[in-house]
Amino acid sequence: MISIQNVTKKYKGTPRPALDQVSLEIEKGDFVFLVGASGSGKSSLMRLMLREDVPNSGSVHVLGENLVGLPARKVPFFRRRLGVVFQDFRLLPNKTVSQNVAFSLQVIGKSEGFIQEAVPDVLRMVGLGEKADRFPNELSGGEQQRVALARAIVNKPAILLADEPTGNLDPNTSEGIMSLLNSINLSGTTVVMATHERGIVDQMKKRVVELSHGQIVRDQVAGGYGVRD
Amino acid sequence: MKLGFMLSEVAEGLRRNLAMVVSIILVTFISLTFVGTASLLQLQIGQMKNYWYDRAQVAIYLCTDISPEATCPRGQAADDVKLQVQERLDSPTLSPFIEKYYFEDKEQAFANFQEQFAGNAVAQYVKPEQLNETFWVNLYDPNQSPILTESFAGLAGVEEVRDQRSYLDQIFLILNIASLAAVSIAALMLISSALLISTTIRLSAFSRRRELGIMRLVGASNFSIQLPFILEGVVAALIGSVLAGITVLVLIQFFVQGFLAQSLPFTSFVGLSDGMLVVPLLIAVGVVLAAAASGLAIRRYLKI
Repeated sequence: MISIQNVTKKYKGTPRPALDQVSLEIEKGDFVFLVGASGSGKSSLMRLMLREDVPNSGSVHVLGENLVGLPARKVPFFRRRLGVVFQDFRLLPNKTVSQNVAFSLQVIGKSEGFIQEAVPDVLRMVGLGEKADRFPNELSGGEQQRVALARAIVNKPAILLADEPTGNLDPNTSEGIMSLLNSINLSGTTVVMATHERGIVDQMKKRVVELSHGQIVRDQVAGGYGVRD
Repeated sequence: MKLGFMLSEVAEGLRRNLAMVVSIILVTFISLTFVGTASLLQLQIGQMKNYWYDRAQVAIYLCTDISPEATCPRGQAADDVKLQVQERLDSPTLSPFIEKYYFEDKEQAFANFQEQFAGNAVAQYVKPEQLNETFWVNLYDPNQSPILTESFAGLAGVEEVRDQRSYLDQIFLILNIASLAAVSIAALMLISSALLISTTIRLSAFSRRRELGIMRLVGASNFSIQLPFILEGVVAALIGSVLAGITVLVLIQFFVQGFLAQSLPFTSFVGLSDGMLVVPLLIAVGVVLAAAASGLAIRRYLKI
């Protein structure tokens, strides 16, 4: 599903590579936490999986595509098979909840009929069926992240990438988001989540990949956040 | 991306940048009006050339008593000069080139002069004996006038051989300079409208960078991201070029045909049919320019 081999990524102007000879395999249906301090390389790794960047050396295969050799014009079509959420939700403030979700389907050319069926479905699934016509600024942070999640999964992606999805939320709200991610995972979607929230990782008992200074220092099934930080 | 959705995106972009869109419309409107005027002027020059060159004659002026010493040392040309000229015009060397010629004596020249300058003070002072006796020659091909110049320039009693086209050429030179000036102004204004379009589109993209980010994230194709912005520029420029087209047609109908053609009845002027040739050109220039400018402007927002 995701296969990363000997990847090194250097950014201009920094002597130390952000990722140093990283190899990682993620199977279909996995739920993987990427943990580590700020600057450990979590975000760089996520960017490579999303093909926002390409490594200086090594190979990245996601969903059967070789992302290093993927021509730019094919990248949009690759991204349609992924879902992504971020810490800052990235919703459009001038569109309602359902318009936000519908927008992501409209821009990839889905039919109105499909959109009218899929959007209410996915909003019910994330628990926002009643708030479809609200604007993002009328929602709590947790609800906004649910909208973002709904947008990410409405197209039924095989992989969901979540970059610090609970970073802006209080612990109670985070719990709701995590159970939502868990049920998304149980329905067959592979979930990769970068976080540095100890409580969440310890509670979920999922696979944990820890990065430090651009290297994988731990890859543990059903692990906790660990002692190192 | 579906058409209706895309058009609503375009409309929203246009609404958000209304002031800039109005300035694009105005700049393309004015610059394309200049382009249109310049092309009409070129058409007009072409038409006048056709008309007048066909009528232009070569004049062989015979000497008078007041001709300059250098060319006419013996004063008034004698009758034998006239015969000599006539013989040469009829000779097998020249006659194949000549469609027709006729002789104009002093009295006829005086009558023509009076008619031409009627009401002008100069008409009162000129006397018949001051005017040249002239052979007016029509050539089959007006471009061959040097043949006549060479044959008669050295002949005693001939003051000058003059191709009337040399007068016309001056007029055409002035008209050409005018149309060149219009073209240069148009070119400068087209450059500024291209820059204005690309600035506006960049602004529009910047104000929608959130949408653009999300579009890229969820996998909208480059084409569908680009198209609304290109259409935004094209729609604005299209309005401007249609306005320019209308202006050009109004100009032809009311100024050229309504005024110029009435006051100068013996000249043929460009008409609406010529205008109909120019209008599609203007619209094409406007649309292509806008598409290119906005396409280039949006390109940097598409880097993945």
